[in-house]
Amino acid sequence: MTVFVIRRFLQSIAVLILTAVIVFIGIYAIGDPAEMLIAPDASPAERAQVVASLGLDKPLWEQFFTFAWNALHGDLGRSFVFNRPSISLIFERLPATLELTLTGLVFALLLGIPLGLLSGLKPNSATDEVIMTGSIFGFSLPSFWQGMMLIMIFSVWLGWLPSTGRGQMGEFLGLHSSLFTLDGLTHLILPAINLSLFKLSLVIRLTRTGVRETMPLDFVKFARAKGISERRIVFVHVFKNILIPLITVIGLELGSMLAFAVVTETIFAWPGIGKLLIDSIMRLDRPVVVAYLLVIVSLFIFINFVVDVLYSLVDPRVRLGGAQ
Amino acid sequence: MTVRALFAEDMLLGRLFTGIGRSPKAVVAAVVCIILLFAAVIGPYLTPQNPFDLAVLDILDSKLPPGSQSMDGMNYWLGTDGQGRDMFSAMIYGLRTSLGVGVFSGLVALIVGTVLGLIAAYFGGRIDTLIMRVVDLMLGFPTILVALMLLALLGQGLWKVIFALILVQWATFARAVRSAALVEKNKDYVEAAVTLGIGTPRILIGHILPNCLPPLIVIGMLQVANAISAEATLSFLGIGLPITEPSLGLLIANGYQLLMSGEYWISVYPGVLLLVLVFSINIVGDRLREVLNPRLGER
Amino acid sequence: MTPVLEVKNLSTHFMTRRGVLKAVDDVSFTVGQREIVGLVGESGSGKSITGFSILGLVDPPGRVVSGQILFNGEDLLTKSPTAMRAIRGKRIAMIFQDPMMTLNPVLSVATQMIETVQAHDRVSRAEARARSRDALGLVGIPSPEERLDSYPHQFSGGMRQRVAIAIALLHRPDLIIADEPTTALDVTIQSQILFEIKRLAGEFGMALIWISHDLGVVAALADRIMVMYAGRIVEAGQVDGVLTAPRHPYTSGLLSAVPAAVPRGEPLRPIPGFAPSPLSRPSGCAFRDRCARATDVCATEPMLEIAADREFRCFHPHLWSAA
Repeated sequence: MTVFVIRRFLQSIAVLILTAVIVFIGIYAIGDPAEMLIAPDASPAERAQVVASLGLDKPLWEQFFTFAWNALHGDLGRSFVFNRPSISLIFERLPATLELTLTGLVFALLLGIPLGLLSGLKPNSATDEVIMTGSIFGFSLPSFWQGMMLIMIFSVWLGWLPSTGRGQMGEFLGLHSSLFTLDGLTHLILPAINLSLFKLSLVIRLTRTGVRETMPLDFVKFARAKGISERRIVFVHVFKNILIPLITVIGLELGSMLAFAVVTETIFAWPGIGKLLIDSIMRLDRPVVVAYLLVIVSLFIFINFVVDVLYSLVDPRVRLGGAQ
Repeated sequence: MTVRALFAEDMLLGRLFTGIGRSPKAVVAAVVCIILLFAAVIGPYLTPQNPFDLAVLDILDSKLPPGSQSMDGMNYWLGTDGQGRDMFSAMIYGLRTSLGVGVFSGLVALIVGTVLGLIAAYFGGRIDTLIMRVVDLMLGFPTILVALMLLALLGQGLWKVIFALILVQWATFARAVRSAALVEKNKDYVEAAVTLGIGTPRILIGHILPNCLPPLIVIGMLQVANAISAEATLSFLGIGLPITEPSLGLLIANGYQLLMSGEYWISVYPGVLLLVLVFSINIVGDRLREVLNPRLGER
Repeated sequence: MTPVLEVKNLSTHFMTRRGVLKAVDDVSFTVGQREIVGLVGESGSGKSITGFSILGLVDPPGRVVSGQILFNGEDLLTKSPTAMRAIRGKRIAMIFQDPMMTLNPVLSVATQMIETVQAHDRVSRAEARARSRDALGLVGIPSPEERLDSYPHQFSGGMRQRVAIAIALLHRPDLIIADEPTTALDVTIQSQILFEIKRLAGEFGMALIWISHDLGVVAALADRIMVMYAGRIVEAGQVDGVLTAPRHPYTSGLLSAVPAAVPRGEPLRPIPGFAPSPLSRPSGCAFRDRCARATDVCATEPMLEIAADREFRCFHPHLWSAA
């Protein structure tokens, strides 16, 4: 187990270094870093100062180490627009995005797993047909358009829920979040639904496939032959087997939700890193874009690492080794 | 191609048609797909006006609700947008762009992915490891993010969007082809063909490729739907297609601000068309997956 | 003494898209207390479905369509699902063919045993665990206390089958149905398991239905043998009698296809042809297409002949002088 975790950790570091190299090449080797990282309206003196601090006059490999060294110290350049370190801008807004993403994920799981079980336990029934067609509909709805329709229906026509911003935040155990006030919650509902709908379809389908592939297996029949109740067979025997693919995919999808938050945050004016990214792209505020990229990649790698560890906890064949 | 391959393809086609035929839902979706494809192809002959010929647009006709008439007596069944453009015409043109981008990028990605997947499976060893590492890396990141970053660096443009979409899609094809090809490669008849001294390209194209077709068809359908969705999303965010090449996504974005003031049709109708398009392709693709998936079998 | 199990005119059919598949067709037999009965047949003969029918575990589109299954005098087919669940694993247990597949890979052996105890008896976890450990010891698993917390993949095939047997023994059932439990194992392990099961059945006074396609295994184990062909029992009787003096041509055909049963130097004679498709069985005797003794009369249904030590369905049985 420990060996597994360490090996996996080292792999993560390797991927991180690789990404840093790719990002570096993207900025320094292909593009012109001076143009990318120095504000267009900077004075010649400012320019010279940045060029010196980034070592742009030095050879490429030396530039890479400067870049990596700075990155390790959290220095990913200053935002042209805010004139502040881009990394701190990202970290300021990260909680809002995480709050949105995690709420969306929980929503997708709480709804998706039961629907998938329902569908998979009675394949080809009317219920199954409705749920499955609904799920295809769910992932066919372009996320941005679906968000617009949510706003149109629930904010404009019905006037039930606010459509922009994060609302009032509450504090609980030192955490600041919209989850802790009623106003915050009402602000969170629409964006969270928007972000989760796509993943909801995925969770439903994964669960259903898992159930359909697991139910005919011998160990299910053996469990019946032992006199185990159907409820325990579904929720312990089958469910624990489905959990393995589910965790793997959900981990990957958490990353994709973080990315898709860009769309949701833009539509709902949610003050997270996704909206910051789009705003920065529009304003050509490249240091922020670079910082976003590195932070989000690190997050992905971290999530993948956690997923693999979780995975090994659920699957004894991985945890204990010796699988045949 | 060998007789065997043709036979396999023939069987595949048969399976596809009966598979779709057995599900009324899939039949309807397939018909919708064909109608939309047809409408996109003959687009200019179908629309009452060329929505991007500024000479025929009249700003006085802007934001007319559905069913209104223009000054010169033309009927705007679906209303007009902010520039007085007939929504129906704009949507047909948007459909052309959306479908064109989706299908073209999907096809190129399919070809690139198939070639690389076959190479990886057939030659194995270091080439395989290298290709699959890149595939894993690509698939490790959400497509929308990769496309977003790429376009942030490259800027807007039709070909840039297509390039980005190809880049994020090929890996899915490569992985599917590789695993299907590996199963086939280890069968005795391929080994026999190798022993008989039959050339590598002939084995790959004549024997292994036909067996990769079922997953390729399914993934191809779903990827085209994905690509259309992704392009619409990128255009909506303002980093996809330029305003001169309006896709459905861009039309929706144009109407976004007007949505709040009650001029819903400018955004809603292109959105409905986009949804119908992606939904139908997905229904057909999903049905094909069910028919072609050996694990679940025919239902 | 009432028999443990009395199956009367059992028919289990599968309603498929291509027609009704009569997997088990009008099958009757009894299993006495402490008796070991071998149920022999080719794959597809309906022997496994017979076993699953008794436990009420036939999956759709299969269904028991008629008959009675009297277990200690009570008809299992009239029982509610809850009542059947209380009998499964408690009074009738089953052992499956492939030990690699019968245990849940993600649950520890302890979990899978304790749940079986607690599904039927209201006992504490500790008590259930102690009983599980004892059962593992009983089937010859070394250091059972430690092995309890292992997962299936940490056991070899033979050891897994021992675990499955231990689970079947947890409640000391009246009847165990063993569906080819040694087929998937190495020959050396096979005989160990065989011996173990025979010992335990004797020790606890359990009746046993041993389903197999292997006449040799049944000969070594069973008191009585039933031969199934195309969903029907074609011959049944005491093992010694059936194996030395088979009456049904199918039984004799099976015997002359077994290497060990044929004297040295004589050729093996496989039965010609294939078992008929279960969807299109010929009328009358299903074996007549492959049978050297068949005549026109075989196109009608042969009745069950009941002789002193034997039951069989054939118009032209082998005749043996009483030696």
